[in-house]
Amino acid sequence: MTHQPCEICGEPATVHEVVVKNGKRQERHLCEKHAAELGLLGSGSHTSAMQALGAVLDPMLSKSKPQAPSGCPGCGMSFADFRQHGVLGCPSCYSAFEDELGSLIERAHEGATCHVGKVPKRAAGLESRLKKIESLRKELQGAVMSEDYERAASIRDRLSSLEKNS
Amino acid sequence: MDADEAAGFARVEWLSGEGPSSDVVVSSRVRLARNIAGFPFLTRASREEKLQLLDLSHRHIEASGLAPEVQWQDLNALSRVERQVLVERHLISKQHAKGSEPRGVAIGLPRERLSIMVNEEDHLRIQVLRSGLALRDAYEQIDRIDDRLEERLDFAMSDRFGYLTACPTNVGTGIRVSVMLHLPGLKLTGEIDKVRRAAKAMSLAVRGFYGEGSESIGDFFQISNQTTLGRSEEDLLHEFETRVISKVIEYERSARRELATKRTRTFEDRFHRSLGLLRYARLLKAEECLEQLSYLRLGVSCGLDAEVSQEVLQRLVLLSQPAHLQRVCGRELSQAERRVERARLVRAALAARD
Repeated sequence: MTHQPCEICGEPATVHEVVVKNGKRQERHLCEKHAAELGLLGSGSHTSAMQALGAVLDPMLSKSKPQAPSGCPGCGMSFADFRQHGVLGCPSCYSAFEDELGSLIERAHEGATCHVGKVPKRAAGLESRLKKIESLRKELQGAVMSEDYERAASIRDRLSSLEKNS
Repeated sequence: MDADEAAGFARVEWLSGEGPSSDVVVSSRVRLARNIAGFPFLTRASREEKLQLLDLSHRHIEASGLAPEVQWQDLNALSRVERQVLVERHLISKQHAKGSEPRGVAIGLPRERLSIMVNEEDHLRIQVLRSGLALRDAYEQIDRIDDRLEERLDFAMSDRFGYLTACPTNVGTGIRVSVMLHLPGLKLTGEIDKVRRAAKAMSLAVRGFYGEGSESIGDFFQISNQTTLGRSEEDLLHEFETRVISKVIEYERSARRELATKRTRTFEDRFHRSLGLLRYARLLKAEECLEQLSYLRLGVSCGLDAEVSQEVLQRLVLLSQPAHLQRVCGRELSQAERRVERARLVRAALAARD
């Protein structure tokens, strides 16, 4: 599309009107300022319909905007909501915000990144047991490094009982 | 005196003044935070969902046979004073006593060792209370209770984060172990701040008599763990008990010995002044009462007066609290009336026997 200048001032035209009068096609090209002066803006039926539609759509669009990209699929909570209140919305928030929460949780729990400890008997499938063994081994290394032999011994006990059962 | 009967705690475990190290440790508590899978946490739960959670928990707690008798209380059916009685007995939190949302508590009778708050910050907050230093026993009991409930309810879990809780500060084991310590010796020798600093350095929380946000009146302090992830329950418990609490107990005992041997006169004077004040006062404010009871507890633990028992003192600590006083008197009391009744109650309990 070619850029038409405003027929009054020569600035780039933004309003283009095509009128067919007595079988003759007539085009008008105007900048916004001159189009307004000539009464081509605001009163046309097309413009006001768009404005009415906008009035209905805008709030709907802006309402759904903040939740859609970053909200938790389980409860719709955003990370900003959590930041504000300090409490999560549902169990799925932990996976929805895993990255953001991971570092925060690490700071709150002396650098810990994953659970070591009780697992419900029914949920204690092979997979989680293997994971547990892996993290216990890491914990054991840490205890040995810091020369906390008492703790190391108790971890070793748990490791051997876990390995026996799997 | 039948204040005890009126208050209904003839057999409340943690008031017995017994148990290991009860000269310093008033009580031990272990609590677990659990949430039922398939429901949002409480901040996002509708009233309808909260009612469902309440009903579900109530049914399964009752069916699990967790104590000889389990008493269920719908908190919205209780008066403000009755709810406050539960707070003073450490059966529910201050936060749980407030509001009008659907919430309840299950209490294990007859010894009130067990309480399960439903719809507090998490769906379930299970706690076991014991007299003296008995964290291991408390943990064994709560672990069995948790197993029983888990046979009937699915708790929200993740492989990485363990038990999922509304606040990420409780995630993982969801465990909080705490002890209520009486540390008047360290307070009098001015060493209490060292304990506070050491506890902070070890990521422990030090709070007052009624937990979060409460003052340490009468030299009672609550110390608890804050880390709940990356360590097993046994590990956390072991470290808490052997590395922290047993050290604080030793430290407090040596402060008491020092007071009793090197500052004998002042120490005895302090005790007898408190005894005199509590035996004869006609008006007693809650804080003043607790402060004086604290000196008596200290003196008794150092063998100063065999007439007064730790158990009587422990009960007075609780009975002199506002809601308990009102329950004993059987009516609502204004603050001014409470001072009169508190003094009357304490006088009767501590009256000289000659």
